[in-house]
Amino acid sequence: MRNLIAFPVIVLAVILQSAVVSRMTLLSGFGDLPMVMLAAWALQDSVDSAWHWAIATGVLVGFLSGISWVVYVLGYVLVVAMAKALRMRVWQAPLLAMFSVTFLGTILVSVLSLFVLRVFGVAIPLQDAFGLLVLPGVLLNLLLAIPVYAVMRDLAHWVYPSLEVE
Amino acid sequence: MALALGGYFSSASSVFTDSLVNLQFWFSSRFTALQDFFTAPRDITSLRQQNAELQAEVAELQAQVIQLQQQVGETQILAALVDFSRARPENTYKAAAVIGRDPSPFLHYIIINRGSNDGILRGMPVVTNQGLVGRVDAVIADAARVQLITDPASTVNVRLQNAEEEGALVGSVTGDVILQMIPQDVNVESGDLVLTSGLGGGYPPDLIVGQVVNVRSRDFDLFQQATIQPVVDFNRLKIVLVIVNFKPVDISPLIPQP
Repeated sequence: MRNLIAFPVIVLAVILQSAVVSRMTLLSGFGDLPMVMLAAWALQDSVDSAWHWAIATGVLVGFLSGISWVVYVLGYVLVVAMAKALRMRVWQAPLLAMFSVTFLGTILVSVLSLFVLRVFGVAIPLQDAFGLLVLPGVLLNLLLAIPVYAVMRDLAHWVYPSLEVE
Repeated sequence: MALALGGYFSSASSVFTDSLVNLQFWFSSRFTALQDFFTAPRDITSLRQQNAELQAEVAELQAQVIQLQQQVGETQILAALVDFSRARPENTYKAAAVIGRDPSPFLHYIIINRGSNDGILRGMPVVTNQGLVGRVDAVIADAARVQLITDPASTVNVRLQNAEEEGALVGSVTGDVILQMIPQDVNVESGDLVLTSGLGGGYPPDLIVGQVVNVRSRDFDLFQQATIQPVVDFNRLKIVLVIVNFKPVDISPLIPQP
């Protein structure tokens, strides 16, 4: 039953991404709210459902986007894997882990997108892609990271209260 | 009494009445001062309450003004779109609001609030009163995804109005649109109008796309290139028109496969 909270949260994040975040551009890039949300969720100690969240979010964003859904499902699952791995290693500095996952995750999803687009015959100049899309996106995601991490931490405390007491 | 009415006691009575008047003035002024002292805090409280009510009313009115300004803006857009559709009676349009954009920064798509329930089909062209926006890429019951002409995967067959020459308009990741495949011997100048040619069956002919901004012509290239300024401001798209009576032609079976 706890996992049911995923549906409204994921749907809200994807709607916000499409309606708001994608219009707040820096150069030509913009943030990736669902990815930042997943990274923050996967970094919470008590959370054990991050994989399901990653797949559900990837499918939903892939459904909305013109790019293949494989990019988002694979990208988000890898972001969660990265967050889980980093949580073990830098568990004393959650914000550092959050920034690291956000930075690496943005690069990873962008590289996957570029690769898939190239496979489908859309050649995007790498210099333009990194200078105008990826790096501004990284910056905006890092700005999103702190508030999103705070919100997801509170949500995790609310969803998994018994584990916090223990 | 007779002496008093005769004015013989006037000086004495005036002294008496003056004293009474002064005494009454003293009491009256002190009472007024005390009344002000005790009632003033109550007035401030009521004034504060009144002020808060007025501020709330002002905020409500300001919200109404903003809402009305928004409605006026939408009405102006709709009026322009109605004028546009009246000017082209051969097409049937369906108006749709832009409700989102593609979550990927690498693609230029918008999401509109009309879908197959409203007769929208894949491939239908999308325009505004200014010119061409793109075409419908995917449809669900109540929404559709539109590929903009600025998308890196978009190609539109166009013609230069002055030169009567055809070319291909391609999008880019930065949102710039480039006109390619213009023969070297064609004279292209900045300000030339670019219209859809209708070639390939993807778009109806003679829709305005943009204007030539600058031309790149090098001797060793086979074709010239021109940067086009689209007539549509894609960052401010709110309402678009879908041409619902246009059926795109799928020419892919006619293209020889290697």
